[in-house]
Amino acid sequence: MSITALSFDDAIGRYEPVIGLETHVELGTQTKMFCGCPTVFGADPNTQICPVCLGLPGSLPVANKAAIEATIRIGLALNCSIAQWCRFARKNYFYPDMPKNYQISQYDEPLCVDGYLDVTVNGEIVRVEIERVHLEEDTGKTLHVGGATGRIHGATESLVDYNRAGIPLVEIVTKPVVGTGRMAPEVAKAYVAELRDVIRTLGVSDVRMEQGSMRCDVNTSLNLPGEEWGTRTETKNVNSLRSVERAVRTEIVRQSNVLSGGGHITQETRHFHEDTGETTSGRSKETATDYRYFPEPDLVPLAPDAAWVQELKAALPELPRVHRARLQKDWGLSDLDMQSILNAGAVELIEQTIAAGTNAETARKWWLGELSRKANETGVDLAAVGATPKQVAELQSLVDSGKLTDKLARQVLEGVLNGEGDPAAIMAARGIEVVSDTGALTAAIDEAIAANPEVAEKIRGGNQAAAGVLIGAVMKTTKGQADAKTVRELVLQRLS
Amino acid sequence: MATISREEVAHLARLARLAVTDAEIDLFAGQLDGILQAVARVGEVVADDIPPMSHSVPLVNVLREDVIKPSLTPAEALAGAPDAFENRFRVPQILAEEE
Repeated sequence: MSITALSFDDAIGRYEPVIGLETHVELGTQTKMFCGCPTVFGADPNTQICPVCLGLPGSLPVANKAAIEATIRIGLALNCSIAQWCRFARKNYFYPDMPKNYQISQYDEPLCVDGYLDVTVNGEIVRVEIERVHLEEDTGKTLHVGGATGRIHGATESLVDYNRAGIPLVEIVTKPVVGTGRMAPEVAKAYVAELRDVIRTLGVSDVRMEQGSMRCDVNTSLNLPGEEWGTRTETKNVNSLRSVERAVRTEIVRQSNVLSGGGHITQETRHFHEDTGETTSGRSKETATDYRYFPEPDLVPLAPDAAWVQELKAALPELPRVHRARLQKDWGLSDLDMQSILNAGAVELIEQTIAAGTNAETARKWWLGELSRKANETGVDLAAVGATPKQVAELQSLVDSGKLTDKLARQVLEGVLNGEGDPAAIMAARGIEVVSDTGALTAAIDEAIAANPEVAEKIRGGNQAAAGVLIGAVMKTTKGQADAKTVRELVLQRLS
Repeated sequence: MATISREEVAHLARLARLAVTDAEIDLFAGQLDGILQAVARVGEVVADDIPPMSHSVPLVNVLREDVIKPSLTPAEALAGAPDAFENRFRVPQILAEEE
């Protein structure tokens, strides 16, 4: 290590990063990839296993048609070519997460190849090329026990739950992404976010990173300008969008410090630690030949014919990129406005608010204004801020019908965010309402006129701007629950 | 002439988690060699018009519908396990090279 540590800016000033992403997505099929066991998340240990997924002698796998179709649809959505003929392969290794001592995967014959996904970063479109999309089975979950720390290191035994073993898992591998420079961490994040949106739109997985149904490995290397690519590391355990960005950033900084200190990068697996944002060294990368891949003899080849693929292609939904472009047009927004909605993660929220009866401009105002501010203050995603699109729409309809002023609506929104219930209920519970009772208002206005005779005289003389003083006084008397516009009209009417 | 080296036998033994002695490596290298040469005779009849074959039946797209079938009970599933704990398979900690 060098004595003067390089910052991210230093690293980018000196080296060019090359990144690559391998993303695993657990498909949301009812059953596993090669057997009829259910795939419910969080079920009791070893309640969703059978002779096939346990690899018991005499059992034979049969591929799940829904999983094959889901993978082809992902491939099509990522602009890939679909293989006309391909095979599954056995990946042989000894680790108790697979009871068979091999994992059924695909090796040199993936189902989908050569696609791309366009992502937008800082208003710039970056094309991330896709190397392959293949199908495999997920592994079981191991729990390491016996050691003091509960980690692998020092553990004396492992407890294994095979419920997850055999769940269809799609692996999406990018080609190396070059030339993104200082944007590399954001490109990585934007790619994973876009991929997640695409897969969610296809409805083939719930793509929940925090539950592990979408998992990301990030490859990073650095090279001097004009020189060959450097040795890459593969960072595992990257399980949130924020972590994808941090992991790339951290590896760029770490590698630049190793290299500038005269050191060499070891090709290895590194583990990302969510709490510190650091990566630590794992095992050195086993070479591919160590897995002794060979064609899976228990499964016949897949040969999706053109008609089948065409049928799946014709049934693809509107993809997020196209969908967003359409929304932008419908909502009449500039690129910049749309980008700020995307950055805030507010597209779906605004869409749902509009669906619940609010116009685009007002829906946008709530989500990007008051609610974004609140989300930033409390450090949560906008979707988790505590108000639903339906509640926001209800709030706005109360404003539109004159039952709330903008100011009162913000008070009611506070209540919604505090978990006090829906807007109408909060109005009732807190006694918030616009004072529209003309009698009460007239009394308050008369009181204000009596207290400010000289102001009243000015207004009588035609100086309407002076009305502000009286309106302020009335608002004070009514504790802000009157509609200022109505008060103004009444004041002017009374003094005309 | 040997087509499989002592190093390759040692590598395969390590991958298969088999402890082999030096003497056994020599023995197995010879035996594996015999097996490989026997299988290699198949290659003598290979012609350009015969593609490599991984499956003996000319079937493709044997698929099942995505329909749930009953699983085993944990007791059934664990019946053949050497050891278990709270319905989980219990195995020795085996991956010293993991960290």
